[in-house]
Amino acid sequence: MTGLFGNAELDALRLSLAVAARSVAFSLPLAVLTAWLLTRARFPGRTLFDAFVHLPLVLPPVAVGYVLLLLLGTRGLLGGWLNAHLGIQLAFTTAGAALATAVMTFPLMVRAIRLSLENVDRGLEAAARTLGARPLDRFLSITLPLMLPGILAGAVTAFAAGLGEFGAVITFAANIPGVTRTLPLALYTAMQSPDGDALALRLAILSFVLGLAGLLAAELLVRRVRRLLGR
Amino acid sequence: MLRVCLRKRRGEFTLAAEFSAPTPGVIGLFGRSGSGKSTLIDMIAGLLPPDEGEVQLAGTVLTDTRRGIAVPPEQRRIGYVFQDARLFPHLSVVGNLRYGEKRARNRPHYVRFEEVVQLLGLGTLLARRPHELSGGERQRVALGRALLAQPQLLLLDEPLASLDVARREEVLPYLETLRDWLSVPMVYVSHQFEEVLRLATSLVLLERGAVLSAGPVGEMSLRPELRSVLAPELVGSVLDGLVTAVDAASGTAELAIGSGKLQVSLEGAPVGTRVRVQLLARDIILATQPIQGLSVRNALLGTVTEVSADESAGVLVKVDVGGPLVLARITEGARQALRLAPGDAVWALAKAVSTRGHAFRLFRSPGPPSRSPS
Repeated sequence: MTGLFGNAELDALRLSLAVAARSVAFSLPLAVLTAWLLTRARFPGRTLFDAFVHLPLVLPPVAVGYVLLLLLGTRGLLGGWLNAHLGIQLAFTTAGAALATAVMTFPLMVRAIRLSLENVDRGLEAAARTLGARPLDRFLSITLPLMLPGILAGAVTAFAAGLGEFGAVITFAANIPGVTRTLPLALYTAMQSPDGDALALRLAILSFVLGLAGLLAAELLVRRVRRLLGR
Repeated sequence: MLRVCLRKRRGEFTLAAEFSAPTPGVIGLFGRSGSGKSTLIDMIAGLLPPDEGEVQLAGTVLTDTRRGIAVPPEQRRIGYVFQDARLFPHLSVVGNLRYGEKRARNRPHYVRFEEVVQLLGLGTLLARRPHELSGGERQRVALGRALLAQPQLLLLDEPLASLDVARREEVLPYLETLRDWLSVPMVYVSHQFEEVLRLATSLVLLERGAVLSAGPVGEMSLRPELRSVLAPELVGSVLDGLVTAVDAASGTAELAIGSGKLQVSLEGAPVGTRVRVQLLARDIILATQPIQGLSVRNALLGTVTEVSADESAGVLVKVDVGGPLVLARITEGARQALRLAPGDAVWALAKAVSTRGHAFRLFRSPGPPSRSPS
């Protein structure tokens, strides 16, 4: 590997993996909650909420990054407060890149999880009720395990997509080598430099292999879990 | 005592049912499909809120819309065996069985895991997953799972409906065993009269969302309301008799019914066993004098108590045979020739050795239970 790829590529790869992993870890619980709200809960403004969650799918990623900058930038509405009181800075950091990635991949994740929740047989939950399971117990012991294929599919898809998030990351977290320069940003930088053609090709191949591996892994994982669930 | 008085509107359909039935015992909830049986037990379980009404079990109020009481299903201690079993697909058979048991940990247990496994023959299935089970096995696991939650009432919603006839015979004996071994009250929903007949101690007849009639099975078998929903060939009185003699060589036994005796083909039931018999009205012959030179050996002497027109040609004659009543369907011509009227002494004749579906249908009577929920 080291023979084929240099330090710049490996740094970008490591950073991409770290950013995607942090973004998934951060958004997964929220995505499960959101999917549950959208499927099971009845509240005013649900349709608007649904549209809002899906917004990153249709907005230009740069616009999402810009909104994040306005809100969470060092002088942003929330970012200023976070910086002054808790000493947390998100813009132009790896955490910020992860956050931008999380926002962009959130709808993908919610969709997969929501689909699996809709497929959970409510009759099984009713059966659990008659067996003495209270709401949270019921969710943890029946609903969540039955949603597992969807949760895994959502997480892996979001991870794979997160490896390649560009627009929102470069806008919100900038293009700082070793900090926020993930694979696609490194690829973009290489293409901009006059002697970067070979590097750009190697980065493109790396992205391609990574994406394919991610999708295959997702498929195999989901199949395996489905078999465990007897379906 | 289970007391139910519930009302629920669902589109065009209105259910307004009221009945009380003694517990322990098996309450057969019988009615055609669409009569509201499932809606009714969903409300008893608490899974469906009624528009108004109340449910009381052994003096405890579970639902009372006027007082705003609605105990959630998870706190009702009412077990539910669904038509489609509803086993948890991600858990093994053991996991399914233990599910309710674990959640009943802080309550006194009246059935233990090992007992249920043995009673329902689940020993070889424990490690399997639900999708590796046959339909009958699935229902047995569902039954065990419901029991291990230590319920104070068990609801069974057509648990055999999705099984073919052979599989039903695979589950029914287990249900009989449960009934006789535990005194957990059950509500058994079915549109198959034979199942209800085999299992129930009392019967609630549901028709178009209303209770048409309710009472002990023997009494109900004589009522015109039941006749109105049964196929004519299924009409007949249901009697509980006691085995008084056994002839192992011929495979027959003698049953005491009222003041008379019946010879029936019956094996494996020792003297003292209580046996439920259905005497089908179409297979009973009436005679005004003792008959000689006839191969029929079962003759019960009794008194005509009622002669009524039968919707399917002929008349139904009700005969008191020393306590229990027997129904006989005869033609109008025969009635006139015999000049049968209430108060007349008659002999009710039935063939001794007969197979299922004929004069006798034999089932184990509900026996005195040995174990009860606290």
